[in-house]
Amino acid sequence: MHGSATLVDVLIGLCLLLVATTATAAVFTRDPARQAVVLGMLGLGLALLFTVLQAPDVALSQLGVGTAVTPLLILLTVRRVRRGGDRATPPGPDAGTDDAGAPR
Amino acid sequence: MSRTARVRLFLCAAAVIAVAYTLACTGLPHFGAAVHPYGARAVGATLKQRTANTISSINFDQRAFDTLGEESILLGSVLGVSALLRRTGSEREARPRPVRVLPSTSLFGVLLLPVALLTGVYIVAHGQLSPGGGFQGGVILATALHLAYVAADYRVLRRIRPRELLDTLDAVAAGAFTCLGVAGLVAGAAYLQNVLPLGTFNTLSSGGLVPVINAAVGIEVGSGVIVLLAYFLDQTIGTESGDGGTEPNRPTDRDEDSPCPT
Amino acid sequence: MHVLPYLVSGWILLVGMYGLATSRNLIHAVGCLAVAQSSTYVLLLSIGFRRGGTAPVFSDVPTGSVVVDPVVQALALTDVVVGATVTALLLSLVIQLHKRHSTIDPDQLNGLRG
Repeated sequence: MHGSATLVDVLIGLCLLLVATTATAAVFTRDPARQAVVLGMLGLGLALLFTVLQAPDVALSQLGVGTAVTPLLILLTVRRVRRGGDRATPPGPDAGTDDAGAPR
Repeated sequence: MSRTARVRLFLCAAAVIAVAYTLACTGLPHFGAAVHPYGARAVGATLKQRTANTISSINFDQRAFDTLGEESILLGSVLGVSALLRRTGSEREARPRPVRVLPSTSLFGVLLLPVALLTGVYIVAHGQLSPGGGFQGGVILATALHLAYVAADYRVLRRIRPRELLDTLDAVAAGAFTCLGVAGLVAGAAYLQNVLPLGTFNTLSSGGLVPVINAAVGIEVGSGVIVLLAYFLDQTIGTESGDGGTEPNRPTDRDEDSPCPT
Repeated sequence: MHVLPYLVSGWILLVGMYGLATSRNLIHAVGCLAVAQSSTYVLLLSIGFRRGGTAPVFSDVPTGSVVVDPVVQALALTDVVVGATVTALLLSLVIQLHKRHSTIDPDQLNGLRG
């Protein structure tokens, strides 16, 4: 058993490390627009891991959701929020940090 | 609470979680273990129901009631988003300007759109046979439609995406799932029990109720995700705030936000 | 190798929660929540993995072959899609919050400004 399963073990280990690294990177990317891209890579890594773990169904839905839908939603939200904050503050990762901004 | 206090609180909580998690993991089966009692029983039940894809059989037959709950969360989220992101009085509809697209991008999109849609339909339809099903196919269908935005512009996307109709379709598909369960009650069995003829193993019509629920879920997920993205796109591109905000659809903005980083 | 999947899953959960606790931008916090959520998929599928097993789909393998545990996969599958719609709901809450308070920094939000 140990001899035949090593290749699969190595593949699973590599995918696990890839997922752990991209997850950490996604958390420490503080700018949400950049984070969306890293989350897309995390989705891709998870899809790879699920494929290696013999779960093609989950990999397929993770591929669609993790690399397309979630990053797209985050990017759209970032754009909406930055546009709304244009009046009061310059756009940036912390757009809308004005204390004087009274509720509309 | 100050930031340092918050981080300290988090570290305490994290230590507790780490200890509890480690203790829980010692009770788990070893990674790659050969004994999976639930899995073995699920596989047996699947083969008895003549469904080739075990996952679909579990989701739409053995644990169909559970999936109905998940579907309700999905429907609830779509409802919540449509309530939160509807256009308010101070916002008015913007007229997205036509955007120039590179001819190669346009050609790519036009060629890929039918292929992607067909892939989505195939994956929904073969849910009970090969990897895939309503959940995955629905997501693929929804994202495939947005190739129209990549290939052309928002006006084209809005024309091929009747949001009101899809809104209704989403609710109807969710209702259809609920009603399909009644078939079991009519036949004198339990709610959502698989009472349709099971067909021949590994053919398109096998699995009884599974392909029907699968199709309903595919329609619900597909239309639900399209509606979700429609509300977000409308907020971003199709609306301008009434107090004279900037022109929302600057052509230069399209590159950084173009969808589908696949 | 025996503990690596469980270690990685626990690490993803904790790192996602750390991001959630220290986030200064609610959109970033929603992204961190998505990261923390993915740890459950890793854990579930690792529990279900079986050495030498194939995917639990019998359309092209004989019905007697050894397969991995399909129950955990079914659990993870529905959650992937439903989780994305819940992410959308949270993001729409962020948009609404920004409309009312013109900030999405959790430290700038306080109850008196409601």
